[in-house]
Amino acid sequence: MRSKSQARPKVGVFKFASCDGCQLSLLDAEDELLAVARAIDIAYFPEASSIMKKGPYDIGLVEGSVTTHHDAERIQHIRRQCRTLITIGACATAGGIQALRNWAEVDEFVRAVYASPQFISTLKTSTSIAEHVPVDFELRGCPISKHQLLEVISATLAGRKPNVPTYSVCMECKRRGNVCTMVAHGTPCLGPVTQAGCGALCPAYNRGCYGCFGPMESPNTASLSQQFRVLGQSSGDITRAFRGFNAWAWPFRQASGEGHRS
Amino acid sequence: MPRFFRLDEPALDGLIEALRQQGYTAVGPRVRDGAVIYDEISSVADLPQGWASEQEAGKYRLNRDPSAGPFDYVIGPSSWKQWLHPPEARLFAAERENGAFRILPNTTSAPRYALVGVRACELAAIAIQDRVLLGDRYTDPIYQARRKALFVVAVNCTRSAATCFCASMQTGPRAVEGFDLALTPVGNGRQYLGETGTDAGAAVAGELGWPEAPPEMMSEAAETVRAAARAQTRNVALEGLAEALTAAAEHPRWETVAKRCMACGNCTLACPTCFCTTVEDTSTVDGARAERWRKWDSCFTQSFSYIHGGSVRTSVKSRYRQWLTHKLAYWQQQFGTPGCVGCGRCITWCPAGIDLTEEARALRA
Ligand code: SF4
Ligand code: SF4
Ligand code: SF4
Ligand code: SF4
Repeated sequence: MRSKSQARPKVGVFKFASCDGCQLSLLDAEDELLAVARAIDIAYFPEASSIMKKGPYDIGLVEGSVTTHHDAERIQHIRRQCRTLITIGACATAGGIQALRNWAEVDEFVRAVYASPQFISTLKTSTSIAEHVPVDFELRGCPISKHQLLEVISATLAGRKPNVPTYSVCMECKRRGNVCTMVAHGTPCLGPVTQAGCGALCPAYNRGCYGCFGPMESPNTASLSQQFRVLGQSSGDITRAFRGFNAWAWPFRQASGEGHRS
Repeated sequence: MPRFFRLDEPALDGLIEALRQQGYTAVGPRVRDGAVIYDEISSVADLPQGWASEQEAGKYRLNRDPSAGPFDYVIGPSSWKQWLHPPEARLFAAERENGAFRILPNTTSAPRYALVGVRACELAAIAIQDRVLLGDRYTDPIYQARRKALFVVAVNCTRSAATCFCASMQTGPRAVEGFDLALTPVGNGRQYLGETGTDAGAAVAGELGWPEAPPEMMSEAAETVRAAARAQTRNVALEGLAEALTAAAEHPRWETVAKRCMACGNCTLACPTCFCTTVEDTSTVDGARAERWRKWDSCFTQSFSYIHGGSVRTSVKSRYRQWLTHKLAYWQQQFGTPGCVGCGRCITWCPAGIDLTEEARALRA
């Protein structure tokens, strides 16, 4: 239990290769934002404030994947500065959509996209933070759920375990009373192999789950792929379904046909 | 003694209206997102007239069928469990006060539901949940309050889905008990034979002044319901089942089914008898308020069997075995009946198309 005399935990928010959407989930927590600002000391959050206090930090929230030599060194430094390190979002936990480069030739992209490719220095891969340093807790999603972010902050402050279930999206889908898109419409859905947290958002709007929360605790991707085939999906369709925001997460990588080029 | 009446469509509309007048929230079948689900209804116009369902393992399609009456959809994904044993419920809230905390009373009163279109298998499922949630030393106050205030309009099935097997589970398709009123569609679903089950049902029937049913209507109704039973293609052989499954703990079939099962939990959440819940505590960022919530859980999740040090059932095989043996074997010892009423939801709504009747058969081989 926290007492008034205890200092507010010092929090740093760090960005790697990402779109900033997950950090923005914190600013998006309109109703709770003031309470958050009172409860924690946001010491380093360049996206939100120009005040940047030096480390060490009690909690580091890390967004984004490692795609450059510079980032690979920077995450080592950040890890040393943070007592608890929490990765937020699909980029930080799995490499993000940019991990599709892991199946392709990055140099070709660089030549095609940039007018002066000689100034570009990048790694051949996009990898999760956990592939570089130990991570204490992961928040999934593209973007993360602001409810889960607030839950982790509240739980940490109260000294209790955060309620971040690792079971399937289907659990939330059925509780919400959605009609299963896969069974009732024949729409391929990654829900059965994807971790809950979104509240079954896509199926609630008759879209199959895109798997943005990454693999659930026991993902049976082989069985789901088989069911996708029953629904008329080709091998290429199945590869593309798994090569989304969490393509490089091992169970999805494997299901997409490891080694195949996209 | 039950009494029998003849109802036409305006009379059914009058029944829904009368129940609403008495302060009930009427809940019944309606079409949403390509399926027939249970939700609030205000008149017969909300009922899924002209729709029929096609159901197979892992497959459901709602098709236009001009010959289909309002109850010919058979059953859909939702069950009455959603209304009586809600998916998420707040158990209590507490607020910090002068260094201590105060439990805030739950002030909301229980809703009064009139369920319209409850099938025989679903009545059996409610009877099972009654035994589980009310029949022991510990009663569930949330379920109890909703259950007490309930009015049940049952509908006897005159069509079966391909996934139905209530006849073999001896729970249907004819509703025998547990209803205030029961209706049987006759004359191609444009008329109903009404039957009273309780004094409350008889009172409503009397108030609405329904005419008595002619004898030929009663024989037609009985015959169409029997035909629905005969049309069922799936079955579970109950004789010796619990013993056989208990003896089959190491059967190779568990491995086979575990290759297909995704441990997604759909079967348990769709099942009208599964009652398991988990409890989650929440607190606000400033620590001033805390709440305890109860949510539907499933024995397919890893956290379900978590005890100090880890989960007991780490393999999907052990979790599928837990589900099937609880439904068809241990439930019997625990509560005196099987935990399955033969509604077929777990078959239709399993995204991998796993069929419990097929698994039960294979496990006895
Ligand atoms: S729509 Fe997708 S997430 Fe929802 S129950 Fe079906 S398979 Fe699961
Ligand atoms: S049997 Fe089907 S619905 Fe049940 S957990 Fe396994 S895959 Fe999911
Ligand atoms: S086990 Fe399956 S068939 Fe039996 S009552 Fe549950 S959902 Fe219905
Ligand atoms: S089958 Fe599983 S979820 Fe259903 S009642 Fe039994 S233990 Fe609970």
